[in-house]
Order: sequence, then C-alpha cells, then structure tokens
Amino acid sequence: MPSWDCRRRGRHDRLPRPPGPEPARALRNHVGTTGRCAEESLAQTVADSPKKFDKQSRYTEGRGIAGAFEGETVTRRRLMEGTALAAGGIATMAFALPGLGFALGPIFEDTNPTVWQDVGATDDFNDETYVPRVMNIDASIGDAGKTTIYVRKFNDGQDKVIEGQDPQPYVVISTRCAHLGCPVRYIQASQKFVCPCHGGVYGFQGEVQGGPPVRPLDRFYTRVRSNRVEVGDRFSLNSELERFSPRDPSNHLDGLWQYIYPSRPTT
Amino acid sequence: MTPPLPKALRRSPARPGQDDRNGKNGRKNGRKNGRNGGPATTPTPKEQAVEGAASVVGWLDERTGASPFLRGFLYRKVPKGTNWYYTLGSATMFAFLSQAVTGVFLAMYYEPDPTRAYESASRITNEVFLGEFVRGMHKWGSTVMIILIFLHMGRTFVFGAYKYPRELNWVIGVVLIVLTLLMGLTGYLLPFDQRSFWATVVAVNLNSSGPIVGPYLADFLRVGSEFGPTTITRFYSLHMLLVPGLIAALIGAHLYLVAKLGTTAPPWLKAEKKDLLKEEV
Repeated sequence: MPSWDCRRRGRHDRLPRPPGPEPARALRNHVGTTGRCAEESLAQTVADSPKKFDKQSRYTEGRGIAGAFEGETVTRRRLMEGTALAAGGIATMAFALPGLGFALGPIFEDTNPTVWQDVGATDDFNDETYVPRVMNIDASIGDAGKTTIYVRKFNDGQDKVIEGQDPQPYVVISTRCAHLGCPVRYIQASQKFVCPCHGGVYGFQGEVQGGPPVRPLDRFYTRVRSNRVEVGDRFSLNSELERFSPRDPSNHLDGLWQYIYPSRPTT
Repeated sequence: MTPPLPKALRRSPARPGQDDRNGKNGRKNGRKNGRNGGPATTPTPKEQAVEGAASVVGWLDERTGASPFLRGFLYRKVPKGTNWYYTLGSATMFAFLSQAVTGVFLAMYYEPDPTRAYESASRITNEVFLGEFVRGMHKWGSTVMIILIFLHMGRTFVFGAYKYPRELNWVIGVVLIVLTLLMGLTGYLLPFDQRSFWATVVAVNLNSSGPIVGPYLADFLRVGSEFGPTTITRFYSLHMLLVPGLIAALIGAHLYLVAKLGTTAPPWLKAEKKDLLKEEV
C-alpha cells in the first residue's frame, strides 16, 4: 500500500496546501511523481509479484503478460494493432497512390502529337527577312493556344549547318522568350528580336545579344509539301545553334548549367 | 379530450439555482405552477424563448461536452500588456474566411474552361446581381489577407513570440504564408485576361528555372510542356480545393497551439517574480 502522499490524486481531491510560499509547479511535480513515490510504487510491484519476469524476454509469458500462451511471442492485442494499422494503410494507399499518379501522370508522358501546320506558300517567304505568321500550339483552347512565329527561308550564306543535324528548309523562330516566356517581337530596322518584359535582345539568328535570356530563341521543325511550308514541333538551341529537345524558358543549354536542366519525358 | 403533450414539449421544472418562478424570489408576477397550491399559469413568450434556447444549448452541451472546451479556448488567460497587435492573427483568419465564403459563391457562376473563363468572369462582374461586389471582395480581400498575414508575422517576430516553446507554431505559420501566396498565384490565372495569362506563363517559367525538379514542377502546373486545356482546371482545383483545405487544416493546428501554449507578453514588459508564482490553478 503506497503511503498517503503517494496515492493518486484527482483534480478535485487535492491535499491542503502546506503553509508558506508555494513551490513552483515543475519542482513540485518532480518531487511528487518521479521521485520518492515512483520508487515506492516500483518496490510495491516487485514485492507483489510471485516470480520474477524478464522484460527483455522473447515470450509473452516470460514478460509476465496476463493470459499469455506458451511459446507466444506476439500478444493478440499487438497483432490486432498491427493488422488494423496495416489494413488502414493499405486502404489509404489504394486511393492515395492512384490519385497521386493521376495528378502527376502528365509529367511522364508526351501528350502532344506532332501536327504539321500549313503557314503559307513557299513564295511567301525569302531568306533575307522574317515574315510573321500565327500558328496553333494548342488548337483546343482558342486564342490562348495561338502564338506568333517568324518565318524565313534557310540562307545558305548566313545560316550555320551543324554536323549530324539536317538543316531545316525554313527557319521558324518561336516568339517565346528564353528568359521567362514573354512574347518577343522582331524589329526589322535593327534586325533584332526584343522582349518587352525584361529587355532580352536577340540577333537575326535568334542568338542572345543582351538581357537575361540564357539561350537563343527556340525554333520549329519545317518541311515543304506541294509548295506549302509546314511547321511541326518545337526544338531548342544552345549558343552554337545546335539542336536539342525543347526546354522550358530559363533552362540553360550551355556549360555546366545544362546538366541541371535535363531533357524531360513531356517534350 | 386532448391527447397529452409529448414529453419534449412539456415544461421542465426549474433548474437548480435558476430564478424559480414559484420560489421566494420569483413571486413578482404572482404566478404559480400549480404544485404549491395556486393554479398553473402559462409562461410569457419571452420566458418560453429563453427556456427553449437554454434547453437546446443544454441538449447540445450534454452530448458534446463542448462548454468546458469552449470555456478553456475562449476564456483563456492572456498576459499583461496584450494589445491590438495581438488581433492580427484573428484578422488574417477572418480574411481567409471571407475569401472562403466569397470564393464558394463565385464558384457557382465561374466556368474553369479556357474558352469560357473570361466570359463567365466578366458575366459575374457585369450581369450577376451583386456579382461585382462579391468578386471585388474576393479580389481585394486576397490582397488584404496577404498584407495581414505579413503584419501578423512581423508582430510575432518583433515580439519574439516565435521562441521556445512556440517554434512549431512559427513553422506552421510560415507554411501558411507559402500556401497563401500559392493561393494568390493560382487565383491570378482564373479571370483569364491578358494580364493573368501572361503572368501565369511567366510564373510557371519561373518555377521551371529551378534545377532538376523545376521543369517537372512546371510540367505539373501546366499539365504538359505547353499551356493547355487543363492548365486552368488544374489551377482552379488547386485554388479552390487542395490549397484551401490545407490552409484550413493548418489554421486549426495553429489555433490549437496558440490555445495550448498561450500568448506571450510584449517584450517591453519585464516579468515580475510575484506574477510568475501567482495563481496556479
């Protein structure tokens, strides 16, 4: 039997406060529960138990759990706990994982099929200057899916041919700025592309001449079918005008930077 | 012969401590309920209303045990020197509630479709009764909420209220700020005018500038490599379901910790030893 002081005290049957200044709560609690009384109750338990139990025992019987079977290592309560948690976990995963996949799925697939779009007759374009045209990036969303492109013929004298990459018959420049994607405009007088947002400036080839852009303007694949110029998928270029799979604006394609912006499944 | 009144509709006897109508103090009107001699009289409508309200509250309280919780939550002790700056958190929460309510009603008219969004938004402003007001509340309320949440954070910082044991509440608050900014980002696209379209294009491309995961994050937001038909529905879903749900849950956690840990005194008040020891209940 624990001493009077160590009996469990409810909220309302508090013992009368001793006279004099009251000790701070933390100090009093320390004395009350973990000090003398804890030792006392432990001693009581040990004295009451008929035989000694090993807390580290593999067997529930050895650990002194009431109603234990011989040779039992996991209590029924513990087994049920585990079963309930596992069942809940499986049930949660059963809807959470497909849901997550549903939301993240578009990251891992290219859902945009190649659509060749007619942008005009071959006679409409020359190799000296750009002609603006409008094409659909996404035909299903109305005006928001349209974009301006600048088209000119491939210029044998000026345009670079990259070894191992077939030159496109027409040079089609995307107006999506390589900084953050604002629409650039071609200024005929200076033969430059200029971005209104943060002052990116590109030369005649779409190469960076000033401002924050990290790579030249993107281009599109082109082909000629029965004297009509057709425009296909987008591609990106590095500063040497070598072709890469399309990257987002602000993604570098030169130097060490290019390795932290790898090609992705969607493009 | 009239059938007996159901038990729920019969008058209950006075509660202990209540101003008993036929007790010594309740004789003002000279009414009696029949038990102590005099004939029973009908209570006035006011008495009936009070009785009804009290019994409804009592019914609920008996079954939920809400009143001890509410008493602890609403009537908790606050330190000396508590001032108007301590209301900024509540103000932010009410800004959020205002956004939630106006947002729910805007969702009744808004169509998250790239070809219909702009029209439906301008229809809310120009044609729907009080539409301009509700949309204006939502638009300006968002700015108010951002201002309030930063003032609240500033108050917490300047008063040192982020220190032990309230660090976790500071962390939750920072997550709440990020989520609030995310609300601003996703909501900005929804009117679908030139400004919101290009702002979103730039914002998504800002995300894509992050190394390794950035482009994937942008793909997640755009649903693909280009702005497409489901970009706006994804932003709409984030804006009205996912992020507000997270904000509401975290506000709950934030408030729980405030109630549990209490608020801090302003830094210019020195703790007096006498006060520290005072009244331990």
